[in-house]
Amino acid sequence: MSSLTKKQRKDLIRIIIALVMFAVLMICEHAHVIPEHLHGSVAMIPVYLIPYFIVGYDVVRKCFLGIAHGQMFDESFLMTLATVGAFGCGEFEEAVAVMLFYQVGEFFQSYAVGKSRGAISELMSIAPDYANREAEDGSIEVIDPDDIEVGDILIIKPGEKIPTDGTVIEGEGLINTSALTGESLPRPVGTGEQVISGCINGENLLRVRAEKAYDDSTVAQILEMVESAASRKSKTENFITRFARWYTPTVVIGALILAFLPPIISGNFAAEFSEWVLRACTFLVISCPCALVISVPLAFFGGIGAASREGVLVKGSNYLEMMADLDTIVSDKTGTLTEGKFKVAKIEAAPGYREEDVLRVAAAVESGSTHPIGMAIVEACDSQIPQNLITDVENHAGRGISARVGNGVVCVGNQSFFVENGISLPDDRTEADGTHCFVSADGKYIGTIVVADMPKAKAKQAIIDILAEKVRRIVMLTGDSASAAKAVADELGITDFRAELLPQDKVRVVEELLDELSKSSNSKARLAFIGDGINDAPVLSRADVGIAMGSLGSDAAIEASDIVIMDDDLARIPAVIRIARKTIGISKANIAFALLVKFACLVLGALGIANMWAAVFADVGVAVICILNSMRMLAKR
Amino acid sequence: MKKKYKLIDLDCANCAAKMEDAIKKIDGVTDASVSFLTQKMMIEADDAIFDQVVQEAVKCIAKVEPDCQVVLK
Repeated sequence: MSSLTKKQRKDLIRIIIALVMFAVLMICEHAHVIPEHLHGSVAMIPVYLIPYFIVGYDVVRKCFLGIAHGQMFDESFLMTLATVGAFGCGEFEEAVAVMLFYQVGEFFQSYAVGKSRGAISELMSIAPDYANREAEDGSIEVIDPDDIEVGDILIIKPGEKIPTDGTVIEGEGLINTSALTGESLPRPVGTGEQVISGCINGENLLRVRAEKAYDDSTVAQILEMVESAASRKSKTENFITRFARWYTPTVVIGALILAFLPPIISGNFAAEFSEWVLRACTFLVISCPCALVISVPLAFFGGIGAASREGVLVKGSNYLEMMADLDTIVSDKTGTLTEGKFKVAKIEAAPGYREEDVLRVAAAVESGSTHPIGMAIVEACDSQIPQNLITDVENHAGRGISARVGNGVVCVGNQSFFVENGISLPDDRTEADGTHCFVSADGKYIGTIVVADMPKAKAKQAIIDILAEKVRRIVMLTGDSASAAKAVADELGITDFRAELLPQDKVRVVEELLDELSKSSNSKARLAFIGDGINDAPVLSRADVGIAMGSLGSDAAIEASDIVIMDDDLARIPAVIRIARKTIGISKANIAFALLVKFACLVLGALGIANMWAAVFADVGVAVICILNSMRMLAKR
Repeated sequence: MKKKYKLIDLDCANCAAKMEDAIKKIDGVTDASVSFLTQKMMIEADDAIFDQVVQEAVKCIAKVEPDCQVVLK
């Protein structure tokens, strides 16, 4: 219980004192310590008022302050009116009990909300507390992250948080990005590389030059985003706030009618009035709107928190809600579904040659190349030929490259390069998709290396998972040729793709798909676009939900999108859909449960079956249960 | 200008919704939110009258929940 705030501890003490006094009073009454004729008489009022005020003085005070400020119909007002009504009817026990249990409920409510708030701030505990700045004379001072200036040299000791985005100028090591990306494998960094604030330094000391002030750093932006996420409300949240606005006054009017109408009709006003006033008081207790108002946003708050633990930032509850109704996902190809860089996809050797030799000589020729295809070939080869054996490198722009390797002449190039050089190519070559690089040694064809932009390793499984989450359709868009697009689509199991698109064409395609969706029978169906966030900004903003991938440290991507996936793992998308569905499920269950219990109590209260105790449960009890239900969102998977 | 303030002892979710409504109605406020969960208030208003708007907002909050305090930095 050490996590209680000062106010909560004070409230708890008041509740316990009042509870004890109330229990003693009840025992005295039922054990006939108090004379029979005093039961329910005016003389007992002061006695009951003592525990009543101990536990409820703040409620009564707030009620009067509220009335003075013209703020009627708040919880304090309703509870005070209900309990005063009960006193008026001679039900002293009931009045004290209602106030007591109302406060107990409020206490639990505040405790539970505090807990879940704590759980979320723990998730978001990425903000650095301090920074070590190295002065010109080499001394180190500890400063507030806010005081970091661009260009400052910061020392990051092992285990410390990186305070702002910067470049490593000395030291290398592994940094833990899991708080930001959800990725548990540490990322290696070395001199000259970028580091992102909020990551935790591993075993080695790093000297980093600050590239951004703290306020512009990744961490500050993420925190800002998560905090303001609550202000972009989902439809469910807006519905419940609107509902609460008319719910309370309606029930209060109902209570008034209930107090006066039945006794007037029955004609025996004097005898029945107090019974009906009591039923009306039950109404007043139930009419408190807090259980409803709190249950929904808390579920969304939890959902956003759960997503951020996965390394996914959701910019508002509304986007989470739309993710739950996802019908179509439109995805960019290069860099999103594929690695975004060339890799050797296939090597074919001519009869009598080995594949590794083909690759090795090609890599030797390309070793100084800056062309993406050449670099891919070099990268794929792990047994380098010593540089001093490679001479006479000649670049034939757009066609190929040739060099002397040892005593032989090696050519690597496209078909026209080989035709020019009079080297014949066999007809039964591989038909693998991608760019074909032919390799010859001393004028003789020895093999083909196919270089392609490969789909991401986890992309296929992610697509399967997305389709399993009842997403009806996945469409791939690309500026690439139709054959390259088809190859990737086939590999990933995507049936629908549009190729050879210019950036503005992508917007047009998304608009067409949105149009189709709006005409479909399901008006709630939503479309999401997944892109890298840099080239796709217009499309990201046009889609219902714009999802930017691999955006760690990219301001533009964070700005343009609605959901930001910090690393480039596509598997986060089905995970977010699941989180979104669970959030919607919980918030709907909360609404249904709260309304059901409240309406049931209203009906039973009007009939005189449910008393004020039941009403208190319908108010605060329901709120606590809804909060606990919402907290499931934050539970570890 | 857009600024955030921490709220202390904001005790009820419905009060937060009421505060938000009231603050949004203040002249010069372009956007505002009061979050019960983060216990924070966000106000976006014209620079020229910002301080005045914040003063108004503090009054609105005191009206809805007398015990709730705004931490003015």
